[in-house]
Amino acid sequence: MANKSVSIFDPKILRQAALQAFIKLNPRLMIKNPVMFVTMIGAAISSVDAFRSPGQTLFVTQIAIWLWFTVLFANFAEAVAEGRGKAQAKALRATRTRATGNKLAGGENTETVETVDADALRKGDVVVVRAGEIIPADGEIISGAATVDESAITGESAPVIREAGGDRSAVTGGTRVLSDEITVRITANPGEGFLDRMILLVEGASRQKTPNEIALTILLSALTVVFLLAVVTLKPFGLYSGVDFLNPVLISLLVCLIPTTIGGLMSAIGIAGMDRLLQRNVLAMSGRAVEAAGDVDVLLLDKTGTITMGNRQAVAFLPAGGVTEQELADAAQLASLADETPEGRSIVVLAKQFGIRARTIHEMPQARFVPFTAQTRMSGADFEGRQIRKGAANALRQFAGGTLPSEVEKIIEGISLSGGTPLVVATRERTLGVVHLKDIVKGGLSDRFKRFRAMGVRTVMITGDNKLTAAAIAHEAGVDDFLAEAKPEDKLELIRREQQGGRMIAMIGDGTNDAPALAQADVGVAMNTGTQAAKEAGNMVDLDSNPTKLLEIIEIGKQLLITRGALTTFSIANDVAKYFAIIPAMLMATFPAVAPLNVMRLHNAHSAILSAVIFNALIIIALIPLALRGVKFRPLGASQILRINLMIYGVWGMILPFIGIKLIDLIVAGLRLA
Amino acid sequence: MNPHQWLELAVYVAALVLVTKPLGLWINRVLDPGGRTWLDPVMRPLEKLTYRVLRVDPAREHDWKQYTFAMLAFSLVSCLFTYAILRLQFYLPLNPQKLGALAPHLAFNTAVSFTTNTNWQSYGGEATMSYFSQMAGLAIHNFFSAAVGIAIAGALVRGVARQTAETIGNFWVDITRIMFLLLLPICVVLAVFLVSQGMIQNFKPYTVARLIEPQTISVQKTDENGKPVTDAKGNPVMVNQTLATQTIVQGPMASQIAIKMLGTNGGGYTNANAAHPFENPTPLSNFVQMLALLCIGSALTCHLGRETKNQKHGWAVWTAMFTMFLAGVMVCWWAEARGNPIHQKLGVAIADGNMEGKEARFGIFDSALFATVTTDASCGAVNSMHDSFTPLGGLVPLFNIQTGEVIFGGVGAGLYGMLIFVILAVFIAGLMVGRTPEYLGKKIEAYDVKMVMLAFVILAFLILGFTAWACASDWGKAGLNNAGPHGLSEILYAYTSGAGNNGSAFAGLNANTPWYDTTLGIDMLLGRFGMIVPLLALAGSLSRKKIVPASVGTFPVSGVTFVVLLVGTVVLVGALTFLPALAIGPIVEHFLMLQGHVF
Repeated sequence: MANKSVSIFDPKILRQAALQAFIKLNPRLMIKNPVMFVTMIGAAISSVDAFRSPGQTLFVTQIAIWLWFTVLFANFAEAVAEGRGKAQAKALRATRTRATGNKLAGGENTETVETVDADALRKGDVVVVRAGEIIPADGEIISGAATVDESAITGESAPVIREAGGDRSAVTGGTRVLSDEITVRITANPGEGFLDRMILLVEGASRQKTPNEIALTILLSALTVVFLLAVVTLKPFGLYSGVDFLNPVLISLLVCLIPTTIGGLMSAIGIAGMDRLLQRNVLAMSGRAVEAAGDVDVLLLDKTGTITMGNRQAVAFLPAGGVTEQELADAAQLASLADETPEGRSIVVLAKQFGIRARTIHEMPQARFVPFTAQTRMSGADFEGRQIRKGAANALRQFAGGTLPSEVEKIIEGISLSGGTPLVVATRERTLGVVHLKDIVKGGLSDRFKRFRAMGVRTVMITGDNKLTAAAIAHEAGVDDFLAEAKPEDKLELIRREQQGGRMIAMIGDGTNDAPALAQADVGVAMNTGTQAAKEAGNMVDLDSNPTKLLEIIEIGKQLLITRGALTTFSIANDVAKYFAIIPAMLMATFPAVAPLNVMRLHNAHSAILSAVIFNALIIIALIPLALRGVKFRPLGASQILRINLMIYGVWGMILPFIGIKLIDLIVAGLRLA
Repeated sequence: MNPHQWLELAVYVAALVLVTKPLGLWINRVLDPGGRTWLDPVMRPLEKLTYRVLRVDPAREHDWKQYTFAMLAFSLVSCLFTYAILRLQFYLPLNPQKLGALAPHLAFNTAVSFTTNTNWQSYGGEATMSYFSQMAGLAIHNFFSAAVGIAIAGALVRGVARQTAETIGNFWVDITRIMFLLLLPICVVLAVFLVSQGMIQNFKPYTVARLIEPQTISVQKTDENGKPVTDAKGNPVMVNQTLATQTIVQGPMASQIAIKMLGTNGGGYTNANAAHPFENPTPLSNFVQMLALLCIGSALTCHLGRETKNQKHGWAVWTAMFTMFLAGVMVCWWAEARGNPIHQKLGVAIADGNMEGKEARFGIFDSALFATVTTDASCGAVNSMHDSFTPLGGLVPLFNIQTGEVIFGGVGAGLYGMLIFVILAVFIAGLMVGRTPEYLGKKIEAYDVKMVMLAFVILAFLILGFTAWACASDWGKAGLNNAGPHGLSEILYAYTSGAGNNGSAFAGLNANTPWYDTTLGIDMLLGRFGMIVPLLALAGSLSRKKIVPASVGTFPVSGVTFVVLLVGTVVLVGALTFLPALAIGPIVEHFLMLQGHVF
């Protein structure tokens, strides 16, 4: 996506949101949010009362106006969040350029090609996509391989290779084939594709309340009922005491007490959470997945690609006795020229650092090269009468006639113990030394894992390596635990075991064999480069296919939950000051003795009530940026986070409205509005 | 507020702390069907016999629905039993005073009142109840309702502590063990101690004593139908009456008072309750009664800690309770010691503080402490008249009940009420640590929130709804002896006391009318069972959940932050719900009193 983050204050979005705020007044939409629904009914009753309150028309009218504003502000907040999502979705939809597909009319085994509109393609259809064409819909390559430009979705300009079979067979509609030709079986009907679903989710259209949102809505609704009781019963209490409280006054008290702040901002917070993920190129299939991300207890990380660079690299030449490093490097390079594996290439690169000039096979026609095979497990070159070989210790031991010198064996053991991989370099006559191959741990990970440990999230590394190697890398990377010699089913088993113990698991994967584990995990992030099966099984997709993205996803999940909790606490804490504004104002006319309760020294009863209502409305607007951006996230333990957030949103939530209401009262009184 | 009183407060607190752990560990064993105690040789046979008679298989546990059904059935049957006794009192034995049957509405109100551990009394004990009614009709409920409360708390704690379990214990086993191993043994000791202090325990008819100084009092003249006679202006006609004798109450008092305090029932044997010299003979008996009142509530926090294997959490809950207890005592004590500003202006008995409605033997401090502890718990026994407290002093008991009586609280009810607040606090603030809310490893989900909030809504509905109804209706206002905001406080206190199953009263209200008896009866019933049923549903829901192992990322349910959060939630939720009503009642009254206006 070109337009990665949409500014909160994008005027276009704000304009549309303002309009949406009115459209959302539809009672059928409002009823989904009981807190704001009650507010709206209060606003409606006050509006009618405004015409029936001779002598107080100005006051009641203002109350009614501000109550409507309260509802509109809440709608506006939701609309802004949705608007930002829509802007993101638009960027996604832009990739949906009108494409046509070359459909194989008779299925995959025929040759007859007909050109059809992309919208006419159905699940199961087979299309051929040639170089320069746009892939018409999501699908799975059934034959061929191609380079594909996926920048439309990922923003990454480098083309990627997609091929039939294996873990890189999924293609996304809207991406462009750069070279070659592929045959694709369509896996999604028009409008049901991966992007279509994402667009709907991001726009908020098909957003469903998450489990925690449902629970919170119940809490807020119940609080609303409690406050409704508290306020409605004030009428008879008042009549008993000889005070006839005006309806708009009671409604003002009610609206100020019910948690309108969180009630108005809750859906905006949820939408913004998904939006923040999207800005990091992660598509969440549901809000539930984002919420679950915050709850994750254990992170399963594949070693290769996530914790280490993709492949092992040569880091040192350890010569045998009587051999210089230089000689060893030279021989190792010769022996590796025919080894096209990344390990082999890394030896060539390392040798250069010892002054060995780069050579290629072509410039040495006199030499005979032995390429690396999985059977021989060694590569080499026959050159100037020498047979130089490089390979696994076992293979070289055989090559050298059964035994290696004891000092070399010692070096091999040392490397193995440190978690590295030893490659022995030898000729028929003598053993030259050992190349130390090592997994290179990505930079900065250890700090990151430390942050997670501080938050109580355990990291587990999954690797096919033996225990020794795994332990060494785990130690270097700073993960909490590792699973060595892991087969795909072991991963699933581990997830099940952890879940049995009540823990929530997150993992990232790409291959078909990851699909069961992705489906089992509470948060399963599939890489966009992965198979369709993996994408279907997971509940998020990382468009960048960056395995470390999991860490950001968890932080976003936590931030979402913290924001929701902070605003709930803030909303309830606010009520204290509102009581001190409204209750004395209601009683003062009949019982002047209660004047000392008016601790804010508000100007008069009307201005006190009006100020509280205005504050209650404005605070929603004031908190929209916080709701959309999320509260500051701190990688700390729960006790510390709780203490800090309670201080900010609980204690300040109690104090701030006193100041705010007082200031508004000064303005209201100054403008003679009450 | 003199040093002697500070010392007494310190001794009381120390005693409460000391008793908490040993008693908590004892309760822990009692609530464990396999738990062993040194009373087993005596009690085990009784226990087994009970199971055989009740045809209960002690090894079969109940799921929450079965548990609820058993509890409701037990309460209904025992309630009807008491209703029958009260209606048939005249025909039953041990009635030397030949006291007649209770009117249907009073019998209903009283039976409900004792079944629900409320012990609201619309009657005067010694003038209404025969010895048989006191013992078989009322004292038995003091045991039953206390045992039910503790059993419910035990079931809820099991729900929290267990994981992926369908059952939450066996109701019959729980109440049998609580009865035989906890309540009976302590009550035996306590009753004997109270007798040693001068409390009576006999079946003698009331003693009639000749007054040394006959007194003349002015009473309303009544016609032959018992109706008050009024003069032409509608004022009552007063006549003088000379009293030469006094009737002194007798009966099986100590056996009933022991469980009245220990089981936080509070229903007085006499109308004067713990202010009566027989019912509370000495300062020591007063002290021990106050201790008996809070000890089980306090000890249950230890049981919570032990059962959930998080003793720190148990103590954190205790600390939150204690903080609120201390705050309440201090405010009430201070308000009463400061006295009535009108007296101060007149220069009358300033040093005494507000002694109106207080027993001279106990004075300001013991009255304030008693009033606080009796409303911290859902006891409702009184040794002074809360109605006569200063507005702020009286606000403390009222607010204590309105926050759900969770400051140690009624036996069992205090703990389960507090756990509702804990779950609420965890839910509201729990999100702020970046996880969906969980309590001791249990995820708090929509269903749990629904049950917790149901309990809150029911409480608010009962208290505010009934008070509003009474305020707006003629039958409600007919019961008032005091006008203005104080009258409102009286009605509010009555329904608060009923819904909170406390039973104490702002006694200015004449509540023995068909309307008040019936509405208060419903108030008490729903206040008790409307709370317990959602709670057992919560216990069932929690027990089925898995426990997420604790980590540094888990919401902390111990430590200072949690205590502050919990206290804040209790006070705030209580304040937010009832402040409008309190404002127009006691708070207005307070400011009016400062201006010299009383009611």
